[in-house]
Amino acid sequence: MSAAPAVDIKTLTINGKEVSARAGQTILEVAKENSIDIPTLCHLDGLSEVGACRLCVVEIAGSPKLSPACVATVEEGMVVSTETDRLKRHRKTILELLFAERNHICSVCVANGHCELQSLGQSQGLTHIRFPYRNPKLPMDSSHERFTLDQNRCILCTRCVRVCDEVEGAHIWDVMGRGIDSMVISDLFQPWGESACTRCGKCVQVCPTGALFDKSKVGSPHPKYPEFLPALQLMRERQ
Amino acid sequence: MSKHTLATVWLDGCSGCHMSFLDMDERLVDLAAYFDLVYSPLVDLKTYPEHVDFALVEGAISSTDDLAKIKKIRAHTGTLIAMGDCAITGNVPSMRNPFTTREITDRAYFENVSAQPQLPTLYVPTLLKTVKPIQEYVHVDYYLPGCPPSADTFFAFLSGLVQGKPVDVSSLTRFGA
Repeated sequence: MSAAPAVDIKTLTINGKEVSARAGQTILEVAKENSIDIPTLCHLDGLSEVGACRLCVVEIAGSPKLSPACVATVEEGMVVSTETDRLKRHRKTILELLFAERNHICSVCVANGHCELQSLGQSQGLTHIRFPYRNPKLPMDSSHERFTLDQNRCILCTRCVRVCDEVEGAHIWDVMGRGIDSMVISDLFQPWGESACTRCGKCVQVCPTGALFDKSKVGSPHPKYPEFLPALQLMRERQ
Repeated sequence: MSKHTLATVWLDGCSGCHMSFLDMDERLVDLAAYFDLVYSPLVDLKTYPEHVDFALVEGAISSTDDLAKIKKIRAHTGTLIAMGDCAITGNVPSMRNPFTTREITDRAYFENVSAQPQLPTLYVPTLLKTVKPIQEYVHVDYYLPGCPPSADTFFAFLSGLVQGKPVDVSSLTRFGA
């Protein structure tokens, strides 16, 4: 009779609460298992982590740096804080910069009321933006028969890029350019409607804002349903 | 106890915030016990009083006229409240920002006009290059986001104000609400 495989258990504290985790788990995963809420934006259950938005930053005792909880893995004896004034300040600033970077006009956005950027702004106590708005002139791509890409609302979280590559296996989305000029593009910067898109719509469902939307939903509520991802993943693992 | 003086101001917005303010309906009577409305699109006075305790400002800063007004209001107001998304974010008026003012006026006064297309030279103030929220020009004491903020939001906020206990507006409203 063989012994059960050894499980490497780490013990750490999050916000003063003692929690245990398996080695290799991220701080975000462990926090979730223990009902500790850490705000996220580029993270999505069922997709790989990129640590792009920095909203999930936490403080780890002994480190002067802030660490993104979605990619930082647990260690024995780690002391993690997720709700300090410093973190709240940083999260607010990140959201403000996102709002100022492109043209997020909530009142006329297709995602109004169903937008993760908008609801994070509210939950993080954002009542105004302290930075000047950039107001860039950005294009929309409505060449696809079912969906539209509105660059004005894109926050470059790359959920669409990841879901198309990792889950749909089509990889029609990617990011062109660098820094503030970065743009999500289809194929090699061809119109979406002329790309190799499989028309599955997964990118639309995972998009946290109104950057990707279903044309048939214009003028009506457009909630997104990204919860299909973990379920799909589970089904595939069982096969 | 003497009442607080209250002003409401309409800059570049659609007046929807004022409509929502009026939607407080009979609660306006309750508020009248605490506030005297001394300047507003809803009252007759045309000049801004020397001193106003509280001013609710709707709309963004889009023209030379808006800019002159907000500076004057700030100088003569104790507590300035940015009312609604246009005042706070630029909102719909700011959608012209990626374009030049020339493109905007051409569109409004020439391209879509069949009878005597011409640029108005009288009474219409000059557009500023970009539409900006009021906090880019003057200090704002409180922000009340929403498009428009609901009547309930107005009532909770103003009630908190008179009681000296400012409410957490994020629990009441958000951008685009």
